[in-house]
Amino acid sequence: MDDAQGLSPIAAGLWAEGPPPRLIGGRKANGEIVFPLPDEPLQPLERVELSPTGTLWSWTSQEFQPKPPFSGPEPFEPFLLGYIELANEVIVESRIVGTSIDRLKLGMPMRLVIVAFDDHRSTYAFRPEQPA
Amino acid sequence: MSENVYIIGAGIHAFGRTEGRSGRAQGVFALRQALADAGVEWADIGFASGGSVAAGSADIMVNDLGFTSLPFINVHNGCATGGSALTSAHNAIASGMCDVAVAVGFDKHERGAFNAKPSGYGLPEWYGETGMMLTTQFFALKIQRYMQLHGISRETLGRVAEKAFRNGALCDHAWRRSPVDLETILGAPMVNDPLTKYMFCSPAEGGVALVLASEKKLRELGSDGVRIDSIAFRTRPEGSFEVFAPSIRTPPGGKPTVLASRAAFEQAGIGPGDIDVAQLQDTESGAELMHMAENGFCADGEQEEWLANGWSEIHGRLPINTDGGCLACGEPVGASGLRQVYENVQQLRGRAGARQVPRDPKVGYSHVYGAPGLSAVAIVTR
Repeated sequence: MDDAQGLSPIAAGLWAEGPPPRLIGGRKANGEIVFPLPDEPLQPLERVELSPTGTLWSWTSQEFQPKPPFSGPEPFEPFLLGYIELANEVIVESRIVGTSIDRLKLGMPMRLVIVAFDDHRSTYAFRPEQPA
Repeated sequence: MSENVYIIGAGIHAFGRTEGRSGRAQGVFALRQALADAGVEWADIGFASGGSVAAGSADIMVNDLGFTSLPFINVHNGCATGGSALTSAHNAIASGMCDVAVAVGFDKHERGAFNAKPSGYGLPEWYGETGMMLTTQFFALKIQRYMQLHGISRETLGRVAEKAFRNGALCDHAWRRSPVDLETILGAPMVNDPLTKYMFCSPAEGGVALVLASEKKLRELGSDGVRIDSIAFRTRPEGSFEVFAPSIRTPPGGKPTVLASRAAFEQAGIGPGDIDVAQLQDTESGAELMHMAENGFCADGEQEEWLANGWSEIHGRLPINTDGGCLACGEPVGASGLRQVYENVQQLRGRAGARQVPRDPKVGYSHVYGAPGLSAVAIVTR
């Protein structure tokens, strides 16, 4: 697992350090939750720390190097990403780490981790829950 | 609808890459062809609507076609540009404003996947920086979940692309004119799992124009017209799963395609079983499969059987994307929705040549879908 110690978060206010780390979302007046918490909310939003665990909702791979504004390390290495459903909260898009695509299954338990994005910055990701 | 509206002329500039010819020039080419087909002059046109996403404004076309002082509305409405132009032209006639109108769409895009700036979509920079803001990922994520839930195989995804290239090979306005076999499609480099490079359409160039007329004008000209029975254009409902979504409501909401489709069938007073030929948005192979169900042509999961049995082939029970769709034609965004209507007009008039649907089709259905979550459906009959 990538060690994110000492790296700067890719953006402020995306997650709370914990432990365990939790993504930060915003709750609308009707109870619906959005992620991330917008810089310029156009409606009142209550800051909420989201569940550190969820289930896999969908996934894919990124096999080619995206054009800017992508700013990942060179040379480009393909990565996995997907959506994780945080029960009764919201479905969030995230990188997926610590596994390979043939091991992914709909509904499998996932856990939030903070990982290195490049030599200086960290980002959030989900990885499959380790068997107990 | 207050008055019947007909398409009496259809023109197209071949899709693909045409070096040295601007997007607008391709639109003018299509428009001249449509006028000639309808047997009318530019001076007869009482209203025009059209546009592009990346190739400039449509009303500049008066420089080429003539300064007749007609009202010309520019449309810049993303993937719905063509659908919006058609809606405006249709309404101009239905309302009695004029007897002859045109809808035109054209485009010319750079090569490679579209890249978007996060700020333009109200999204934070990190979303783009970390490589999650790509349209191709959205399509892969949507079909991946759908395949898991409804038992769709990778072979079926491949068969959609195989059919597109087979149909494109028969179509003179298509870009990809060579068949590609299933093994090559499935074995091609992966773009975003489960979609390989042959399963995605590419940004392209092209132009399409349609001439619309009132019933009175149709009779006067003795035109070979196709009646517009309904046009329904819908933006996304709350909670729908769309491109560029760092989060989705749980459970997700409805789909713009389902709303547009239902409205179009209701307006026309018919159902999916009455359609003889359909053009469905196929940005990638999975989109065609999901749109078959979202538009009511089959239940979720039945696509597996449809593709295995060839039911959506030109000679099948419901031919889908008879000109090869976006996969074989490419996607000049401003022209793409009108291409679908053009193809239905050709099929209904029996002018589709080698790709002609047999048994004299009477009812055509077209569906365009695009970012940030909109759908337009048109039903035409002859």
